[in-house]
Amino acid sequence: MTLTALLSHWLRNKVQLAMLLAGLTLATALWSGVQALNAQARGAYATAAALVSEDGASRLVAPSGQMDQARFAELRAQGVLVSPVVEGRLAVAETRVTLLGIEPLTAPQGTAAALADGDLQAFFAGAGFAHPETLAEFSAPPMPLSPSNAVPVGTLLVDIGTAQRFLGMEGQISHLLLTGPAPDPLPDGLQLAQASEGAELEGLTDSFHLNLTAFGALAFAVGLFIVHSAVGLAFEQRRGLFRTLRSLGVPLRSLTLALAFELVLMAFVAGLAGLALGYVLAAALLPDVAATLRGLYGAPVPGSLQFSPVWALAGLAMAFAGAVLAGGQALWRLWHMPVLAPAQPRAWAMATGRAMRWQVAGALALGGVAVALAWFGSGLFAGFALLAAALLSAALLTPPVLALGLRGAARLAQAPVAQWFWADSRQNLPRLSLALMALMLALAANIGVGTMVASFRATFIGWLDQRLVAEFTITPRDAAQAVALEAFLAPRVNAVLPLRRVDATLAGFPGAVFAMRDHATFRDNWPLIADVPDVWDRLAAEDGALINEQLARRANLWPGDSVLLPGAGSVPVLGVYPDYGNPLTQAIVTEGWFDRLYPGTPTRQLAIRTDDPSATRAALLDEFGLSAQAITDQAQAKAISMAIFERTFLITGALNVLTLSVAALALFATLVTLSGLRLVQLAPLWAMGLTLRQLAGLELARALVLAGLTMVLALPVGLMLAQVLLAVINVQAFGWRLPLQVFPADWAQLALWAGLAMIAAAAWPAWRLWRGGGGPLLRVFAYER
Amino acid sequence: MNVKVFLVLLLWAPTALAQGFAGLGTDATGFAVPERGRALQFPRDHGAHPAYRIEWWYLTMTLQGADGRDYGAQWTLFRSALAPEERTGWDSPQVWMGHAGLTTPDAHFAAERFGRGGVGQAGAEAAPFRAYIDDWHMTSTASTGADALSALKVEATGPDFGYSFELTAEGPLVFHGENGYSIKSAAGQASYYYSQPFYTVTGTLDLPTGPVEVTGQGWLDREWSSQPLASDQQGWDWVSITLDDGHRLMGFQLRGADIFTAGTWITPDGTATALPDGALRFTPLGTAQVAGRTVPVRWQIDWPARDMRLVTEPVNPQAWMDLTVSYWEGPIRVSGTHTGRGYLEMTGY
Amino acid sequence: MTLLALEDIRKSFASAEGAVPVLQGVSLGVAAGQVVALTGESGSGKSTLLHIAAGLEAPDSGRVLIGAQDMAALPDAGRAKLRRGTVGLVFQQFNLVPSLTVGANLAFQARLAGVHDPEFCAALAVRLGLSDLLARYPEQLSGGQQQRVAIGRALAAKPKVLLADEPTGNLDEATGDAVFALMLELARAQGAALLLVTHSARLAGQCDRNLHLRAGRLA
Repeated sequence: MTLTALLSHWLRNKVQLAMLLAGLTLATALWSGVQALNAQARGAYATAAALVSEDGASRLVAPSGQMDQARFAELRAQGVLVSPVVEGRLAVAETRVTLLGIEPLTAPQGTAAALADGDLQAFFAGAGFAHPETLAEFSAPPMPLSPSNAVPVGTLLVDIGTAQRFLGMEGQISHLLLTGPAPDPLPDGLQLAQASEGAELEGLTDSFHLNLTAFGALAFAVGLFIVHSAVGLAFEQRRGLFRTLRSLGVPLRSLTLALAFELVLMAFVAGLAGLALGYVLAAALLPDVAATLRGLYGAPVPGSLQFSPVWALAGLAMAFAGAVLAGGQALWRLWHMPVLAPAQPRAWAMATGRAMRWQVAGALALGGVAVALAWFGSGLFAGFALLAAALLSAALLTPPVLALGLRGAARLAQAPVAQWFWADSRQNLPRLSLALMALMLALAANIGVGTMVASFRATFIGWLDQRLVAEFTITPRDAAQAVALEAFLAPRVNAVLPLRRVDATLAGFPGAVFAMRDHATFRDNWPLIADVPDVWDRLAAEDGALINEQLARRANLWPGDSVLLPGAGSVPVLGVYPDYGNPLTQAIVTEGWFDRLYPGTPTRQLAIRTDDPSATRAALLDEFGLSAQAITDQAQAKAISMAIFERTFLITGALNVLTLSVAALALFATLVTLSGLRLVQLAPLWAMGLTLRQLAGLELARALVLAGLTMVLALPVGLMLAQVLLAVINVQAFGWRLPLQVFPADWAQLALWAGLAMIAAAAWPAWRLWRGGGGPLLRVFAYER
Repeated sequence: MNVKVFLVLLLWAPTALAQGFAGLGTDATGFAVPERGRALQFPRDHGAHPAYRIEWWYLTMTLQGADGRDYGAQWTLFRSALAPEERTGWDSPQVWMGHAGLTTPDAHFAAERFGRGGVGQAGAEAAPFRAYIDDWHMTSTASTGADALSALKVEATGPDFGYSFELTAEGPLVFHGENGYSIKSAAGQASYYYSQPFYTVTGTLDLPTGPVEVTGQGWLDREWSSQPLASDQQGWDWVSITLDDGHRLMGFQLRGADIFTAGTWITPDGTATALPDGALRFTPLGTAQVAGRTVPVRWQIDWPARDMRLVTEPVNPQAWMDLTVSYWEGPIRVSGTHTGRGYLEMTGY
Repeated sequence: MTLLALEDIRKSFASAEGAVPVLQGVSLGVAAGQVVALTGESGSGKSTLLHIAAGLEAPDSGRVLIGAQDMAALPDAGRAKLRRGTVGLVFQQFNLVPSLTVGANLAFQARLAGVHDPEFCAALAVRLGLSDLLARYPEQLSGGQQQRVAIGRALAAKPKVLLADEPTGNLDEATGDAVFALMLELARAQGAALLLVTHSARLAGQCDRNLHLRAGRLA
């Protein structure tokens, strides 16, 4: 009975109900959507890990990167249980894939499971397995391939013999997987590498996922603002009903329970809807996320979403938590409401006055926390905590600061309508404040992330121009072709700069050591962010190494410090170079030294400097007989890099738009729910001779003014956010620090968007007012409200 | 298809062969087929025969500790060919599987190894004789001029056990069937099959409780073929028995639509008499629950023509080889008209 | 001089059963300084007639003359302009502007109409006993005080026509009587035509003329 009475309110206020459900649905959707993306990616890393090792099984590796195949039989004969692996990159037409060659009879269970539906005889004979999405990329596969979901995207799983043939590694193996206990002492010349690729990916991509989670949490918070305001308004509007019910003898406990049940019911409905929407959202975003993870980290993530019941339950739980969080206050107030508390708006206003003071106090406290975190905090988590504290502080400060601004404007206003406009705006601020806080957060997030991305893009483009000076690069098929190419090209071009690398652990982080030829190309162009005097001469004199910014920041190594290079011991750091887009650490030594340190390392790529690119290209194709796919020209390389960059932030952009949309919805919800209350405030003006059109126009103008003021407030908050992203989060997550650049044109565009969002939110109530013909206003004069 | 399941089918499953599995149902794929009347040559035939589909080096040992406690040990290397040839490197179509078993009256240990030919991980070479997979090996220690199998060193280790034996043959090689041509069904499926049943064994068992010195007798079976079983045969029960009077008896029954039996009676000097189908009769006397199955671990074996009636008791009824390819294999004690010790193998349960 | 004249006003509202006539040819006139009371049962159409007189609603037919101007013939914007300068409204619910102070509320319509006279306004505040309350907000006032503000607001623009809809309906009798007396006195002093809707025969008795509305017609 009680419940029926309570629920009947929603039948009469369908829009309010829709807003409440929409808010909770959206919040759940964004949160669970992001979680689905994370879970999908993590699952993919686990697949990759399971394929190359059994639950993080260790590997035996040789410092040079590969070893003679005889080591395998030799170790097995000593009773050391190992399984050989050959791994390499393979270019197939336009696509580059990882070719993973395993020995199925000795491989760990996880690897063998990838073969679950295959034919061993065909596998031995050269057939392989690939993820269905990888398969779809080939028009002409390099070998007969069968689909398997156990193989990571972008990897071809083949027999070890097949891999050796394709990679030109006959008689060589990349590493050995330990399937039994590690031998003690370790075999001669081999090292134990504990981290599996999956674990490495997990660590590298952690920051990306934390980023996504932070966005999800922000969206969830913004969504909760909607729910909170809808629940709060519904509570206010049903105050009379509560009073009546209590007077009729309904116990407080029953009433509270009924209200709680109502909340749970809505959470359930909205939670389910949110899950469905979240799934759709994640499925829509996944291809971009997968592309980003592949482009940035080389992490194999399939682009099609899988459903997990755990995810669904977690999403529902979030919906319930959100509903309780947003509706708990209303329940608490009901519990503490005297039976016959008068429904007086002034009490509400006074309560909000007190709330405002608490808000300011809270904002200051959070601001203090943010400052403390900025001062003493370190690490990615502290960075995000700092952001959260600063953003929340700014959000809480939004209504008081807006109130201050409106009060000032009211002082300056002369005309009566203007005076009323400002005064009225200020009076309505408390009711709008939640929605405005949501808008402020969304705008600040947009400005912050937008500024970060734009700053990054500007820096990145400049850096690309410096780094990609070679007219083109060639990827030789194998070491022999590399030697032949160098001999062929030497008399024809200005310079042939070979690229050689060995994988290495630098200061405890996975990375690689590169060889660099002493050449003007590098001396003139290679960007450095810190260096010793005569850095290039000293590098050529084998006096030390250059390291990338990632290594410099992670290990806090700068010119003057020393870094431990495998085989070379401790060498001085001569310079630090920016290395955007690379998740791994790097060090560079001069070519001659490199070849002595790591003899026999094959050349992976050749960078070509030439004055006549087209002639050189023609010579390579026609005279040398190189395939066109092996040649990447400068423009192509830049385009690929930029494409990866843009894709990386596509997801950010999408989430930005979604957050802003949620904020607009919050405003819409609030304005629609408020429109009834607004009638009482507008009716006297109408009676005194303002037209409906004027009033509707003023309503729109008020919305715009509030949006504008919020935008002005969001600007410094957004810039602060950008600064934290660039100077704290990026450094922690990616290992590079970028200068902050401002892009006012972007702000203007965002302000336009904010204005449009606000107009979209305010248009319907205003239109109803204008077109309602005064009927609703007349009823104000006739009835008690 | 799972790798290991593949091996099961390849090595053990006549039913799969009957279903024409992957073109392996017939010998029309180029594999060599045993021929009646072909004389075995040594040391060549001690080594691998890559042209034949399957082959094994199967050693079982009945052992006793100094305290008279009974033990049993098994060392087996299986070869299975995907194509009737050997190639070097990873192209080799030869797949190898090692099994090691160790039975005590109250425990049973088993381990397996897999490997490919061509890269030196596993193989069987005739001269000098060595059959091996990883660190498991059976290596000839015979003096020059003697048969390579007349003295052996055999070793294997599992995760929780290990063993090392020296074997010395006290008699000659024994050829089953017609000079090693052994019929395996009424329809005529056959294999090459010879044995060295006269080993005396000394060695050490590595048990979780510590090392145990043992002595005893060993029996090595060598067999290769391309299609040993008829398509309807589900499994077999096989015994090798060393009687206290110095005679040896090898006998088996193949269970299919009909029962097919065969055996070899070996005198202490190595003279072998082939027992034709139906000469031996196998009767289960009692079963045990082993690894969730009902397995007939007690048998009565009758040879009516000689009024021989043997009853076998397992040293440990739980001697289940719980490996990718699983079966029962363990030492037995023999009583009845004669007494002795031996090994029982049961597959297809 | 007749400041407010309603001529043959007809109005019906749409309902599920078709058009329901509310006013069926009502004509009346209120002269300067005259106070006319309009009484009638609930639903007799008194409030609708008052809203039509104020130009808040348009009649289906008939004329609403304020001075010489026919309010009913004007478009919405024109009615609003006329209302601003020549019509003062007092409601049962006071309907003050909640975001403005008492002082601002008092002066609001006068300033809107561009006829704000600070001295007059101040005098009005004194007369209404509001001088000490000018800085307060409406919700801080008692009902009687609020209604006095509403009356002051209506009169501050010196309207030709004052329309009041149950001005004491929300007040206790003593307060109501005092407020009513004050309104009458001030309206008469300004020479405004006052049309008053009330269901109280006692109040109606204090007016110059009494009109009774029954089933959409004047009795």
